[in-house]
Amino acid sequence: MKLHPMIAALRRHKAGVVLIALQIALTLAIVCNAVFIIGQRVQRVNRPTGLDEQNLYLVTQQWVGAPTGDDADSIQKMDAMQREDLAALRAMPDVASVTPTNSLPLLNQSSNGAMSLAADAKLLDGNARTTYYFGDENFVRTLGLHLVAGRDFNAGDVTNKGFRNTSEPAVVIVTKALADKLFPKGDAVGKIVYLDGSGTPTTIIGVVERLQVPSTGSWAGTFAWNATIEPVRLNGNFSSYAVRAKPGRLLAAMKTTTPLLYKVNPLRVLDDDSVKSFADIRSDAYRADVGMAALMGVICLILLGVTAAGIVGLTSFWVGQRHRQIGVRRALGARKVDILHYFQMENLLIAGIGAVVGVALAIGLNLLLMQHYEMDRMPVLYVLAGVVVVLLLGQGAVFSPARRASNVPPVVATRAA
Amino acid sequence: MFAYYLDLALRSLKRSPGLTLLMVLAIGFGVAASMTTWSVFRAVSGDPIPWKSSRLFVPQLDIWGPDSRKKGGYTDISDAFDYTDAVALMRDHRGKLQSAMYQVSPSVVPADAAKHPINVTGHAVFSEFFPMVEAPFKYGSGWSAQDDTNRSHVVVLSDKLNQKLFGDINSVGKSVNIEGKDYRVAGVLDRWNPQPRYYDVVNTGGFVGDGAEDVFLPFNTAIDVGMPNDGNTNCNEIPKGSGFVGLQQSSCVWISYMVELDSSADVDSYKNYLDGYMRQQQQAGRFNWPPKYELRDLPAWLNSQHVVPDDTKVSLLVALGLLIVCLVNTAGLLLAKFLRRSGEIGVRRALGAPRGAVYAQFLTEAGMVGAAGGVLGLLLTGAGVACVGWVLPKDIAALAKLDVSLLAMTLLVAVIATVLAGLYPTWRASRVQPAWQLKSN
Repeated sequence: MKLHPMIAALRRHKAGVVLIALQIALTLAIVCNAVFIIGQRVQRVNRPTGLDEQNLYLVTQQWVGAPTGDDADSIQKMDAMQREDLAALRAMPDVASVTPTNSLPLLNQSSNGAMSLAADAKLLDGNARTTYYFGDENFVRTLGLHLVAGRDFNAGDVTNKGFRNTSEPAVVIVTKALADKLFPKGDAVGKIVYLDGSGTPTTIIGVVERLQVPSTGSWAGTFAWNATIEPVRLNGNFSSYAVRAKPGRLLAAMKTTTPLLYKVNPLRVLDDDSVKSFADIRSDAYRADVGMAALMGVICLILLGVTAAGIVGLTSFWVGQRHRQIGVRRALGARKVDILHYFQMENLLIAGIGAVVGVALAIGLNLLLMQHYEMDRMPVLYVLAGVVVVLLLGQGAVFSPARRASNVPPVVATRAA
Repeated sequence: MFAYYLDLALRSLKRSPGLTLLMVLAIGFGVAASMTTWSVFRAVSGDPIPWKSSRLFVPQLDIWGPDSRKKGGYTDISDAFDYTDAVALMRDHRGKLQSAMYQVSPSVVPADAAKHPINVTGHAVFSEFFPMVEAPFKYGSGWSAQDDTNRSHVVVLSDKLNQKLFGDINSVGKSVNIEGKDYRVAGVLDRWNPQPRYYDVVNTGGFVGDGAEDVFLPFNTAIDVGMPNDGNTNCNEIPKGSGFVGLQQSSCVWISYMVELDSSADVDSYKNYLDGYMRQQQQAGRFNWPPKYELRDLPAWLNSQHVVPDDTKVSLLVALGLLIVCLVNTAGLLLAKFLRRSGEIGVRRALGAPRGAVYAQFLTEAGMVGAAGGVLGLLLTGAGVACVGWVLPKDIAALAKLDVSLLAMTLLVAVIATVLAGLYPTWRASRVQPAWQLKSN
């Protein structure tokens, strides 16, 4: 098929052609970027925390009238209260394991610092940034982490301290990401490190495969997998416990937790959010991401629908307008399929022009978003996929009016217009 | 004449219901998507205290130095205060009204022993905080400057906490047990929940979903009783002392500060003061980098703290893109529709209708499509705003509201946008050569 007559015909409909091409270009630009945003959010939401998230819940509570001092006596009193809670939770029939903890991945409350290979370095001169988790000998087991080197904590490793006390522990377990950053040869176990610019040596005794930091914010993105676990019960007038329920007993365990803790000590604050399953923590943490992905998805669907409908409408108009010419072509020997192909080719030509402009617009929009907002560079793959989608969309939309055109009988040519 | 054009438009639209429906749907969806995202954007980018925001300022002091910015990867100087500087600025008292403040989360024990203790959120502030932010009181008032100095045990409650503790009565003078100590109620606030929570953006991130703050206590009293801060604490070195007292002696930042300055002369003199303060600190040997400070007014401060989430801006941008595509689409369809009627236009022109009449006729038709799209858009915007709670974080979704101005704007945007989209097709229609049309028919 020759393009020349087609182009000549299109030149008589400049405005319509420009409008369809422009619409396709804008659609391509927006859909590419929207799908890219969706892809990023889905990737973010689906990254594993390193925990075995099923059957896990978190209890957060605050004591009323607990000692507020930082003196040894107050600390020991608060520690006794915490151990009392832990013992009660562990005795629950539906509970498999319990650990005190300061936070969990996706909880967005974190205590962060830096790890150095040299003693007395400044905090900002550390070799790697890290978040700190504080738990006891049941931490690794309760959270379902995978120990890949060294050993787990034992009861003898666990100490306690006031939550603002800045002394450093003798031993820690670190994530593989952090271990590899500090000791690229993979021999972190047994090595000495210094936490937060301290002069006290700390020994790495174990390495876990993966454990995400509590913060999902972009500021923590540079050290999202650098976690350090300290075998320390933190003592304050508040405490949190991560609890692993026995398989299938999550709801039952969660339900009995609040009354149980009030029974242990009624002078405390437990509210609606105090007992929270990890599934809820996850959905709260990623609510904005899921929402943004959903919104972008809806906008993409509307866009593609509107554009397809626009192509159907305008092509139908052209078919009606060229009714007689189609008849003449048919009378002169063109087959039905020739007419069909004519309109399909015409659409491909317009959509192709639109796609070329759209690729430029898509990249431009991506650059604009990168410049003003937190956005990464869009891989070319998204743009190419977008081009294929709009071309297919055009072909899909043009099919019905084109077929109607191909059904115009040759006899039309003989009738007066 | 307008009625005649309306009638003509209606006939024309009825003649091709498919095409008409297409245009109405496109306009409806495009406008609804834009207005829904706009309602969210409008809610989060609004000025929380428009009559005063240009007179409220947030000072920032560079107490960590350029080195910490370079290593920490920040460009702005620290956005909160350490205890030493916050207290020094309060003591010097150079603004008209000012307050250092920090977020607290104490427990309150109800007088009724059968009730469990509850956790409340609030701020430890100075007495000038209340007139500065113009917090409305239902009963009583804030405390006095004397109470600040005397470290009195007084408290201002939210309306909600007052209801919970005392029922709906004037509780001024009554006693509340906070963290095991008794506080005298100085005042009860009327409903007051500014969004964004501009006086402490650092700790709240701007928007807070779970209602108003429950308690306000005197700053000095809270420090005195050792009520710890419940917000962010940022340190560039580990505090030497331990506990809350250790934090107060450290260079860690955890306190917010706001000052009211009523004239540009006041602003200049306050800047001079901050500059002098930093110079004096440098000369005293506290640091060795050039003295540096910032004094931003509230809108600039909210902007620098990125209070409007990026997602909201990107959503609005993408939705506006959708609206543009819908308009281009409508322009194309109107063009097809109008030019199909070249014969009719030719007859009208030949019978003496001026171009202006053709313009009026076809713009009326475009406006009608826009109005129909606007009505559909209204329904969809209503549905969209109702659904934002499903896709957005609660704290932000709660702010997006459907009101008369949003509805009016939806209709207006739909009609104006469609008429704009109809301009070119109408122009083309008015250019139709009557002679040519009459001949070919």
